[in-house]
Amino acid sequence: MTPTTWAAADLLDRGRVTRLLQAYGVYAALVVLFAVAAALDSSFLSAGNVRIQLFQVAPTLMVALGMALVIGTEGVDLSVGAVIALAASVVPLYLGYGAPLAVLLALLAGAVCGAVGGTMVAFARIQPIVATLSLMIGLRGVAELINGNSAKPVTDSGLLSLGADQVAGVPVMAWITAVCAVLTALLVRRTTFGRQLVAIGDNRQASKLAGLPVRRVLVTVYVLSGVLAAFAGAMIVGHGAEADPANQGLNMELNAITAVVVGGTPLTGGRIRVLGTVAGALFMQLITAVLTQHDVHTSYTQLVEAAIICFAVYASQERRTR
Amino acid sequence: MSPSALRPATLPPRPTSGAAQPAALRERLASQVQRRGALAVLVLMVAVASATSPTFPTWSNISGILGSNAFVWLLALGMTFVILTGGIDLSVGSMYALGGVVAAYGAHTGGTWSAVALPLVTGAVWGAVQGLLVARARMAPFIVTLAGLLGARGLLQALTNEGATTYLVPAGSAFRHLGEGTWVPVLIVAVLFALGALLLTRTRFGATVTAIGGNENAASLMGLPVARTKVLVYVLSATTAAAAGALGSARLGSGVTTIGVGYELTAIASVVIGGTLLTGGSGSVGGTVSGVLVLAVIHNLIDHYFSQYGSAFTDTVNGAFLAVVVLAQTLLSRARQAD
Repeated sequence: MTPTTWAAADLLDRGRVTRLLQAYGVYAALVVLFAVAAALDSSFLSAGNVRIQLFQVAPTLMVALGMALVIGTEGVDLSVGAVIALAASVVPLYLGYGAPLAVLLALLAGAVCGAVGGTMVAFARIQPIVATLSLMIGLRGVAELINGNSAKPVTDSGLLSLGADQVAGVPVMAWITAVCAVLTALLVRRTTFGRQLVAIGDNRQASKLAGLPVRRVLVTVYVLSGVLAAFAGAMIVGHGAEADPANQGLNMELNAITAVVVGGTPLTGGRIRVLGTVAGALFMQLITAVLTQHDVHTSYTQLVEAAIICFAVYASQERRTR
Repeated sequence: MSPSALRPATLPPRPTSGAAQPAALRERLASQVQRRGALAVLVLMVAVASATSPTFPTWSNISGILGSNAFVWLLALGMTFVILTGGIDLSVGSMYALGGVVAAYGAHTGGTWSAVALPLVTGAVWGAVQGLLVARARMAPFIVTLAGLLGARGLLQALTNEGATTYLVPAGSAFRHLGEGTWVPVLIVAVLFALGALLLTRTRFGATVTAIGGNENAASLMGLPVARTKVLVYVLSATTAAAAGALGSARLGSGVTTIGVGYELTAIASVVIGGTLLTGGSGSVGGTVSGVLVLAVIHNLIDHYFSQYGSAFTDTVNGAFLAVVVLAQTLLSRARQAD
């Protein structure tokens, strides 16, 4: 790099540019993407298409909200896809007692899974990636055992309306997810728990010395992630009118992590961008949709997604001084 | 494998004074259990299985265990090196599939030599990119290789027109001999594992790998080539995975696009069960061999005794087993580092 470019970079103040990119890059990218997509295809902004995108992004975003909390504590939850499968196996079991109870029991199952993972992380001090990896492998097996290895059709009207109904033209799923996003943002910004959570992600040792209830907060975070994933599972089952633990929720952990990272939450913990996560999930959803609608093969879509993840992580990294 | 003098001291020096004796003993015991626990479990399982089932110790069953998965085990070999540096490689399952397809493509279009060279080059280049992102751009290995997992699958789909094109390895190709029967694959895998063990314990590169996992900053201050070694570790892992895929396609006669999903998890599980710490710095190739075999024997036993429950049951047991092993590993390494 020549001296002149360095001077130009100094004028722009590299640090500030990086910080701005971290904080608002995903929104800018989303706006650009929207503009490009709408320019390329006039039907992109049609109510029908927007609704389809909302249907598809809602479960991913639901999971990503929990994932953002976990990543904020410098953890990661690989078990969410398997928890979705578990929800898909638990819900049909109890649909006879009505959809609300069935969903509630699925949430309970998700909470238990989260508690197990959280306990492994908080008390046994196992690395999150490994603790939740063992859950990821084991839980899908459990889900398939419960369900008997086959996809089951779901006909319960309550669950189907959770998955497919609309209120004011917007899917119920999207409404619920939006409410959860607001609640998550409030939880992070406005509650003691949220502050403790972020502090623990920033420096666990110091938080412990400062007397924060580190273990309790960590377990709670994983429980929340499990509950949100289970609810996403219920929505997926309702939307597809089918419970298929072998296939539902596959790769969901990757999608959720991607949404969080693209949204500007650093993987190193200590900072959570809830709104950014919403934008990140929307961005990844729209990228996929735009590429698919313009007949780009899935293979290239995957390559593009991989490149975006890499770029987002690189951009969201704290610059170390050397 | 002897405790190597080349391996840098990642453990604190053992106290020899009388007062510290019990702690030193406990520490040594924990270290032994951690290193050889998988072997002990393996021996125990084989003994019990041989005693209770007349079909377990038969020739056909054993060659089934060894032959059917042999090439997949190579993923664990490369993964051992990555994990020893404190990293992780989630892309190996995709690389395995990609290597297979590229090899079949090479055999189909160019002949035996391109069938061998193409996957190796693909793996090396892919690994180098991942390694550079980890070592130079200082990105989290987890996320780099996650992108690698997606990207390699994408490349694979592009190469096969979304799985619509299947490249066959020509029937007469010498390449096919590499995957024939039981013993050729097992021999190849055994030789590569032996080379891996030598690489880790007898070379400067191996010592550097362990040193980086023990304490990256210290390794850097000692003047060890940290960045270069980290890049090489990812190159090694991706190349091994691609080579494993190539050998697999030699066995099957074609590159299978849908193969390898979730194999990275099996590889990580094998390495961890084999006593290599996920935080890096401590572990061995021999341990990984034990870990691989423990999982293979468990798989075989479940198939034998609980076949009516199917693969779901296998997954459940694998997950539970992994959880228990990791818990034990964590407790053991804490016992080692106590006081």
